[in-house]
Amino acid sequence: MKTGISVFVATFVALGASWCGFVLAPLLQLGGAKQTVVLQTTDNWPLQRTGAATLGLQVYRANGCAACHTELVRQTGVAFEVLLTSAGNNPAAVSNLISNLKLAGLTKEEADDANAKITAIGGKVETRLTATGADIARGWGLRQSVAADYLYDQPVQLGSLRAGPDLANIGVRAPDLNWQLLHLYAPKAVNPNSTMPSFKFLFEVRKIGNAPAPDALHLPKEFAAADGYEIVPKPEAIELAAYLLSLKANQPLYEAPFSPVTAAK
Amino acid sequence: MNPTENKTSCESEINDSLRVPLLALFGGAALWLVGGLLLGLIAGIKFHAPDFLGGCPLFTYGRVAPAANDLLLYGFCIPAALGVMLWIFARLSQSPLALPLVPVVAAHLWHLGVFIGTAGILLGGSTGHLWLEYPRAAAVLLFAAFLLIAVSAAATFGWRQEKSLYPSHWFLFAALLWFPWIYSTANLFLNAHQLPRGVVQPIICWWFASNLIFVWLGLVGVGIAFYFLPKFSGRPLASSGYALLGFLSLVFFGTWCGIPPGAPVPAWLPALSGVAALLTIIPLLAILIVAVKTVCGASVSCNGGPFCFIKIGMISFIVAGGLYIAAACPQYSRVLEFTWFGAAQVQLQLLGFTAMILFGAIYFLLPQVMGRPLPLAKFTKLHFFLSVAGALLLVVPLVAAGIVQGEKLADASVAFADANSAALKFLRISTLGQLALLAGSLLFAANIFAMTIQWKLGIARTVIDYIKSPLATAKTSEVKS
Ligand code: HEC
Repeated sequence: MKTGISVFVATFVALGASWCGFVLAPLLQLGGAKQTVVLQTTDNWPLQRTGAATLGLQVYRANGCAACHTELVRQTGVAFEVLLTSAGNNPAAVSNLISNLKLAGLTKEEADDANAKITAIGGKVETRLTATGADIARGWGLRQSVAADYLYDQPVQLGSLRAGPDLANIGVRAPDLNWQLLHLYAPKAVNPNSTMPSFKFLFEVRKIGNAPAPDALHLPKEFAAADGYEIVPKPEAIELAAYLLSLKANQPLYEAPFSPVTAAK
Repeated sequence: MNPTENKTSCESEINDSLRVPLLALFGGAALWLVGGLLLGLIAGIKFHAPDFLGGCPLFTYGRVAPAANDLLLYGFCIPAALGVMLWIFARLSQSPLALPLVPVVAAHLWHLGVFIGTAGILLGGSTGHLWLEYPRAAAVLLFAAFLLIAVSAAATFGWRQEKSLYPSHWFLFAALLWFPWIYSTANLFLNAHQLPRGVVQPIICWWFASNLIFVWLGLVGVGIAFYFLPKFSGRPLASSGYALLGFLSLVFFGTWCGIPPGAPVPAWLPALSGVAALLTIIPLLAILIVAVKTVCGASVSCNGGPFCFIKIGMISFIVAGGLYIAAACPQYSRVLEFTWFGAAQVQLQLLGFTAMILFGAIYFLLPQVMGRPLPLAKFTKLHFFLSVAGALLLVVPLVAAGIVQGEKLADASVAFADANSAALKFLRISTLGQLALLAGSLLFAANIFAMTIQWKLGIARTVIDYIKSPLATAKTSEVKS
């Protein structure tokens, strides 16, 4: 490195390489990504969020929810489980066999093996595929998050820290709009040990008119407004809650398969 | 000594040319440092009392925390580093700063950008991309200001009297190219009306953030340290072969880091990033060898002065790099990602490494440039102890919190609330660190501002003297010519 030119060239090559790798290549590989289909259906994935939910993403961004929450589920692998759907005409033998077999957390071969054994004596089974990993076991999702899940988000809010639970599937986990609003207004009202800050400023304290407003929050006593007043969500709060309810990454995809729970079960 | 600085007549010219630009850069930086640590403290208090300042949207956690981090990075580290770089370029070139007015303008543009950016975040205008939160207007100002300073630095470099290149040159010169490239790329894609589709956004953002925080700050901090270590120890920089290895491997491997293993992106991206992160052991060791060989055996006592700061800064660099590599090991990476561990690394990189090196450099160069001793010289020792204690008390609990949190979250039988409260126990200790750092930063700012005021008073006095005795001055100037 005797001259400025050689430093310049080294720097240019080094940074240019990673620019091609981590900026250009992802733009080419993913920049034109389109909807995919949900496994074994003709449904498209992901769906556009509703208008309110799209606005809610901006409330989420502006208030930095991603400073404490991630929106991504990880999985470590997959496991198979074998479910008995019908014992056939030899129930005693089947139940005898089943009590000696491992039926969950299987590899593909083990599952096929169990399947063959049970079918041989007349039982009928269904083999199901499940994702594994701590995030899944926590109930944060049924499968890992994949690139397709974020197709329509501007900006994508993956987050970097889990000071709060993952929210990739909060719309599945807590689908009640009123619960979401209550939690935003006073996290401690639904979760006494919560360390999430309250987002009171997304709500309005209003004098009760002739009758209580239909969307006023139903708060426990210690969180309620003074007598004669009520707490009403501002439009931002409603939008944010709509966004939270729209957070669902619960459809099986080619790159993240699992067997959805069938209605029969 | 590393630079063959022949203490010639141009010494005073160099100092004259640097005085105004450096005061403009350092003054604002000191202010933002205090501001950043103050906002950080507010964010930290939220983990003791979640509803502290809760009614005020300006100070909600999700706004204060990124605003605080950005103030430390964009408000303090970058402008202060640019100031020190200008000084080093002028010294190594043995020529006064080229276009000295340009960096003065740039400094003001930069600080205006930081102000607008911080206000933007607090008012809810963040872009939502980690480390790139500043809204468009602020980003444009920062970019323009950086380019102006880079032009002045490059011109100083181009017009140098002293032709040979030193290892410091490599690092600092690369840093001048690095920032405009990554910052413009990131902003063109992520601060635009129409963002790229889906996860391309976080991928670009991770690339940018890691290139800024780990590579850019690394280049600048090590470049500055490689200038000062020989100066303090009174002998040349040891083994420039290792320095070259350190430089090349830092730019070639460091630039690929940053994509977390659990990211929902095509698998080749995090895999490549993970390998690169492990390979950063090479620059780390090479730089460690150079630093140790240069300093060891030279009997210099540091006694709370600039040398102490730079030494601790280099130790922090190694430790921060070690944490980074540890977190990249496949058996830990999935446990440590998305925990406080990442915050610990970044805080160490910003406050333990970069800030320490910059404090040391500024305490050394400011008296030279201003031609007068530090007005509150006694404060530097106290500042040193507060900075070290603060960084330790901030980073160690965060590391512990991250490990505990990661382990508990990886075990699904532990409830989320329990994992959280186990981490919070440690996290709350780190508030003490934030307090110590804040106190230290006040001492630093006091020195810079006292220096500025003394200097302005000095100018005022000269002007008054001049007005009072026009005859005498006229005479002397005649004699001179
Ligand atoms: C200081 C960190 C922090 C910030 C900022 C934060 N949260 Fe939380 N959040 C938490 C913690 C801790 C919990 C778990 C305790 C609880 O349920 O309240 C939580 C829980 C939640 C839950 C319930 C999750 C579940 O699984 O039950 C939702 C929904 C939520 N947060 C949404 C938000 C939204 C929306 C924002 C931004 C407006 C936000 N959070 C900002 C820390 C935070």
